[in-house]
Amino acid sequence: MNQTSQTAKTVYLTTYWLWIALFVIAPLLLVVYYSFFDIEGNLSLENYQMFFTSTYLTMTLSSFWYAFLITFFSLLIGYPTAYLLTKTKHKQLWLLLIILPSWINLLLKAYAFLGIFGTYGITNQFLEAIGIGTRQILFTDFSFVFVSVYIFIPFMILPIYNAIEKLPPSLVYASRDLGASNWTTFRRVIFPLTLDGVKSGIQIVFIPALSLFMITRLIAGNRVITLGTAIEQQFLVTQNWGMGSTIAVFLILAMVLVMVITRDWGAKGAVRR
Amino acid sequence: MKPKKFKLANLYLMAVFFILYAPILYLVVYSFNSGGTMSNFEGFTLDWYKSLFTDTRLLVIVLNTIVIALLSATISTVLGVIGALAIYTARQRFTKTSLLSLNNVLIVSPDVIIGASFLILFTMLGIQLGFYSVLLAHIAFSVPIVVILVLPKLQEMSPTLIDASRDLGASTWDVLTKVILPYITPGIFAGFFTALTYSLDDFAVTFFVTGNGFTTLAVEVYSRARQGISLEINALSAILFLFTLILVLGYYVLAQRGGKAKEVRR
Repeated sequence: MNQTSQTAKTVYLTTYWLWIALFVIAPLLLVVYYSFFDIEGNLSLENYQMFFTSTYLTMTLSSFWYAFLITFFSLLIGYPTAYLLTKTKHKQLWLLLIILPSWINLLLKAYAFLGIFGTYGITNQFLEAIGIGTRQILFTDFSFVFVSVYIFIPFMILPIYNAIEKLPPSLVYASRDLGASNWTTFRRVIFPLTLDGVKSGIQIVFIPALSLFMITRLIAGNRVITLGTAIEQQFLVTQNWGMGSTIAVFLILAMVLVMVITRDWGAKGAVRR
Repeated sequence: MKPKKFKLANLYLMAVFFILYAPILYLVVYSFNSGGTMSNFEGFTLDWYKSLFTDTRLLVIVLNTIVIALLSATISTVLGVIGALAIYTARQRFTKTSLLSLNNVLIVSPDVIIGASFLILFTMLGIQLGFYSVLLAHIAFSVPIVVILVLPKLQEMSPTLIDASRDLGASTWDVLTKVILPYITPGIFAGFFTALTYSLDDFAVTFFVTGNGFTTLAVEVYSRARQGISLEINALSAILFLFTLILVLGYYVLAQRGGKAKEVRR
């Protein structure tokens, strides 16, 4: 009897380890391995030298800057939304409605903005009507950040909402009873206690924001190059897998850094992209 | 003072909802535009839907996407349950934590990294890019999420249940199929559905590992959108939106009912 259950355990463990070795460990090792090969297939550190030239460093910095902006605005809009959602009557339903758009393929959402922000689109018609006149909105930094924030907002709201829900209301009452104003209560009690949710939100938004590539192509018209765009470019256009892998290595390092800073390994909400 | 503040809060929420839904509605409204652009609504037409349903190439792509989603969700659910059982039954703490951390790697990895590393992997293994490479990639990024959703169910199950069934003479297979699996069924369903939506929604990973011959919907929309606006895409997104709505509401109702049934049982 014990013998057979032992066999079952071994079967589970072997299957799972095999899977992890093949689809988690091997791909990552391969990326690191390829980063040491130049475009001719010779072993070299050329890619790393290249990465530390000003072109790539500027790109990395600007990628971080855009990811920061996207995360900042998502948080700025997402936190109050999450907070107000917890105060509504049918909050489960409202939350579901907030999350629903994130289930629509993000490509279709980005595509919608091609029409909305286009030269003759509804935004420009509106600007024309109020006398500002037609502007170039598509293919600007503004449109890139706007569309990215639009796509990431639900992912920011969800963990913050969960954190606020977990907060015992008695703490808020206590703070009020002790004479704190609404603002002080928020600053001293609510916000610090929901910081975990904010951290997971940042984690969920910041890393994908570093690696976006289709929005940069569709909405920003190649004006914005993120780390993700650069990787895609190297792998699929230039066919320089070595350089692509090198950038990928740095993206992985950035990812680990963000994980360490926001240190919450629970994978809450578990959303990618 | 109080009512005014309440109104402001509602206004804010309404604005957020408006911004979230406006682009989707915009797409849907223009799918009925006879004008052929996404900026000038000329008149009502169903032409785009008609041409959508006669576009065999696109229909084949839709079919591909659904087949990939169903297959990858099914296989990754099986693998994910095995993975959760492996973590659950592992005796050493070190094995447990390292398996769990390695499992989470693919959840937190950006899509480009997954896509690029799988492209290298499949090329090294000599797997031709196309149906099988896309299927394998989708299975790979869905398994971890199934594990994450199934594991808590296993952990909340009382181990005495297993002991009791053993004492009553159940074989290992019986314990698995008659005790463990029925208990973790809600987790398995949640995993399957999440895997399904991940697969349907994925663009970036597929974009890397799909060859010339094989396309899924997201990749097709991308290549069409890069060429400009085509209202066929609008019609398609209207249908997909309706489909998602039904799927989500159905899942919501099922989950609500499941929750209630559980409460009653207790």
